[in-house]
Amino acid sequence: LAPWVPVVGLEIHAQISSNSKLFSGSQVQFAAPPNSLVSFFDASLPGTLPVLNRRCVEAAVMTGLALNCSINKKSLFDRKHYFYADLPAGYQITQQRVPVAVNGSLSYSLCIDNKMSQMVTKTVRIKQIQLEQDSGKSLHDDTRSQTLVDLNRAGVGLMEVVMEPDMCCGEEAAAAVRELQLILQTLGSSQAVMAEGQLRVDANVSVHHPGEPYGVRTEVKNINSIRFLAKAIDYEIQRQIEELESGGTILNETRAFDSKLGCTVPMRDKEGKQDYRFMPEPNLPPLILYDAKSLPANMNHQQVINIDWIHERLPDLPSVKRKKLVEQYGILPEHSFTLLNEDGLAEFFESVVKQTQMKPKKVIGWILKDLLSYLKQHSLTVKESPVSSFLLADLLNLLEKKEISSTAAKQVLAELWKGEGKTPLEIVKEQKLELLQDQKELEQICQAVIDGHKNE
Amino acid sequence: AMLRASLRQVSAALKEGRVTPTELCQRCLALIKSTKFLNAYITVAEETALKQAEESEERYKRGQPLGILDGIPIAVKDNFSTAGIETTCASNMLKGYISPYNATVVQKLLDQGAVLLGKTNLDEFAMGSGSTDGVFGPVRNPWSYSKQYKEKSVPKSHSEDEESNWVITGGSSGGSAAAVSSFTCFAALGSDTGGSTRNPAAHCGVVGLKPTYGLISRHGLIPLVNSMDVPGILTRCVDDAAVLLGSLAGHDPKDSTTIQDGFKPFELPNLTDVSKLSVGIPKEYHAPGLSSEILALWSKAADLFKNAGAKVVEVSLPHTPYSIVCYHVLCAAEVASNMARFDGLEYGHRSDMKDSTESMYAATRREGFNDVVRGRILSGNYFLLKQNYEKYFVKAQKVRRLIANDFVKVFRSGVDILLTPTTLSDAAPYTEFIQEDNRTRSAQDDILTQAANMAGLPAINVPTALSERGLPVGLQFIGRSFQEKQLLTVAKWFEKQVQFPVIQLEEVKRHDADVFQHQKSASFS
Repeated sequence: LAPWVPVVGLEIHAQISSNSKLFSGSQVQFAAPPNSLVSFFDASLPGTLPVLNRRCVEAAVMTGLALNCSINKKSLFDRKHYFYADLPAGYQITQQRVPVAVNGSLSYSLCIDNKMSQMVTKTVRIKQIQLEQDSGKSLHDDTRSQTLVDLNRAGVGLMEVVMEPDMCCGEEAAAAVRELQLILQTLGSSQAVMAEGQLRVDANVSVHHPGEPYGVRTEVKNINSIRFLAKAIDYEIQRQIEELESGGTILNETRAFDSKLGCTVPMRDKEGKQDYRFMPEPNLPPLILYDAKSLPANMNHQQVINIDWIHERLPDLPSVKRKKLVEQYGILPEHSFTLLNEDGLAEFFESVVKQTQMKPKKVIGWILKDLLSYLKQHSLTVKESPVSSFLLADLLNLLEKKEISSTAAKQVLAELWKGEGKTPLEIVKEQKLELLQDQKELEQICQAVIDGHKNE
Repeated sequence: AMLRASLRQVSAALKEGRVTPTELCQRCLALIKSTKFLNAYITVAEETALKQAEESEERYKRGQPLGILDGIPIAVKDNFSTAGIETTCASNMLKGYISPYNATVVQKLLDQGAVLLGKTNLDEFAMGSGSTDGVFGPVRNPWSYSKQYKEKSVPKSHSEDEESNWVITGGSSGGSAAAVSSFTCFAALGSDTGGSTRNPAAHCGVVGLKPTYGLISRHGLIPLVNSMDVPGILTRCVDDAAVLLGSLAGHDPKDSTTIQDGFKPFELPNLTDVSKLSVGIPKEYHAPGLSSEILALWSKAADLFKNAGAKVVEVSLPHTPYSIVCYHVLCAAEVASNMARFDGLEYGHRSDMKDSTESMYAATRREGFNDVVRGRILSGNYFLLKQNYEKYFVKAQKVRRLIANDFVKVFRSGVDILLTPTTLSDAAPYTEFIQEDNRTRSAQDDILTQAANMAGLPAINVPTALSERGLPVGLQFIGRSFQEKQLLTVAKWFEKQVQFPVIQLEEVKRHDADVFQHQKSASFS
């Protein structure tokens, strides 16, 4: 059987973290009462006009720079038309002709064969990043044959990040999205929490034989977590292969991932190809961005966005942070991945290192094995840990000074998890876990044992 | 004589206490009632207007009027959003729609103490050149009932009366033009996308100003073509238009297409010497169908400038013949887009059809829109289809650039201002006008006004003379971008030269005759 080459591309919508929406002043807030965050513009009242939110543009520029994109100094807004209950104006304002950022790349890492010790770095090209409006939400109430529309989300700013089909499987896609998520959270341009709909991923999947042209692709939607992303993609790849090997064809269709059944199914709503009748948005002039060179002297700097200024103030990206952790503390690269993967863990680690004499290379084991596994077992975040960095450092100091054995240390840690407020030293004393250092005392104990067994 | 005074004159009278805001408001409301047959108003906001007048009166009593517009009755075209007052766009789609906010221009007027009498009639969604295609019926040109027209009109048979002889106002801001023309208000807001302020101004014998695109905020103006729409100003004289312009122009953060630079209101100088002026006569504006009457008047006007010492030159705007077709493509495309929001869900008319969302949309839009609107939506969507976009929309945008460049070239060659006719003929009788469909009429009537919208330039209609039928004919001046001061200065000079006659309306005479004895306004004759 000829081998199959799966091809995976991604369209990611990240909700911009901002106080107000992309083109209107209404607030952005998760889970507010229905239709309580809707301005006249969001409701598409006739006569209302869009006004661009500066913060949203800055978020897109930051993200573009972090993804090594070229920032277009002039970008344009367009209208994309279709009728749907959650799209009050009958069109979405987006950037179809010239988006704000293009031609970037994202590097991400994978473990080979599930071995953390063997990591490989891959790159996916970023085709573009465009600013666009989010739609509202519609809830279908089939029993009463009605649709309930909530416009709170209508008009919230989105960055659509398009990743070229450079990935080959669910694992790669998941790793790429995970890295993107970390970058967005580091920048603060999006909180990127998938469960809250702040990060939505659609996958484009196709398969072909090596040397042949790409196959027909399907679009997979309705993926609610990174884990499901990998599952959905791998399922779809398998489905396509089986379909083609049994003589069938792949339809260029949109499919939804059913997380309960673990498979993709055709989506009822999408019939045929839509012509969106793109048209320039006449109420928004072209978006002009400046850099240090092109910035006019007498320009009011409140009125303009300076790309270089933003570049200078970008925080350390995850890849840089990891490198620094490895260099500074001598830990392994895969350790740095785990540290950054868990919100607050890297800070916890560094805090412990500061407060203990134990070498970071040893501390890391306690963090990644003992602390992290406990947290995972009890579904706790680092913030919720009953053992603070202070307490853990305290314990590690006892171990380092050889006042207790490592077995005893684990026992103490188990006790500390209970969060009863006792210090490590108190627990050691309570449970008599001290290591005996006194030679004479040790001899006496041994002698007593031997004496106890004289008769044997 | 108070009702027939200019805005500046009546403002002075208010200041001097010769008339009070409530008296003025009541007179206007009474005149609106007795001229109801004109059908100029869709909504008369009697209660709120009187309240505004009372508040104005309080301010005058305290000696603290807000400015020249305080207490002045004005009317607003029914496609501007007015909080608490119905905004219908003369369409079933928005019957009963009450906006929760004021358009910026409305807010500005109210903030300066103006008294909002009501919303005026128009073609549905401002699509038309007759003000005949709205759901509330056509607007009648007040000149139909003027002594001047009646004297000249020859009834076709004995049984014919003025009922069937009345002429249209032009459009689409016909209600506003009629309101100003019949003295029920001292100024009115219209809108101008292809000539919709200047056209009815010409037919109704009033001043109609189309400002430069981007000078006055469109926030709250229900759009026809976002890239061409401007709020229009209709007044009795050019000085009044300058006053309105001064109170409305300037950057609006709510409208991203308004200019950033500060705008300084100006007083119009009394130009006496035109020898430094260069007036261009674009030869392409001698359009097919231009009546010999208007051609003669245009020529006479050119001579007027020449004899006064101005330089008058023939110029060419070679792409003028293409502007109508180009306009129709761009207008239809934007209409298709702008009307997409009318789906019956959030506001406005919603059909009873419940079979599915799609069928509800379709029924709502069929019930809510007239043929004209639906026709433009269908053609607009056609032009925007992926396979047609380059051929129609992009092509039209390119032609638009050429049209705008024509003007740039001419203004760069030393010409200060262009003089053209505003309309092809005087106002047609209604029965004759409706013989042709809306699209045909628009194509004919927009031809002289529409290029200024394509290029975003300021233009003004100045009433010039009466036609043989006793109806108003106006001429148009087109100026450089943002050079309204120069445009209006020249227009004012011209207005003074031609001394356009006052309309002789029976109803107005009756209302105005009831004048306070101590009012001997020597300044007005």
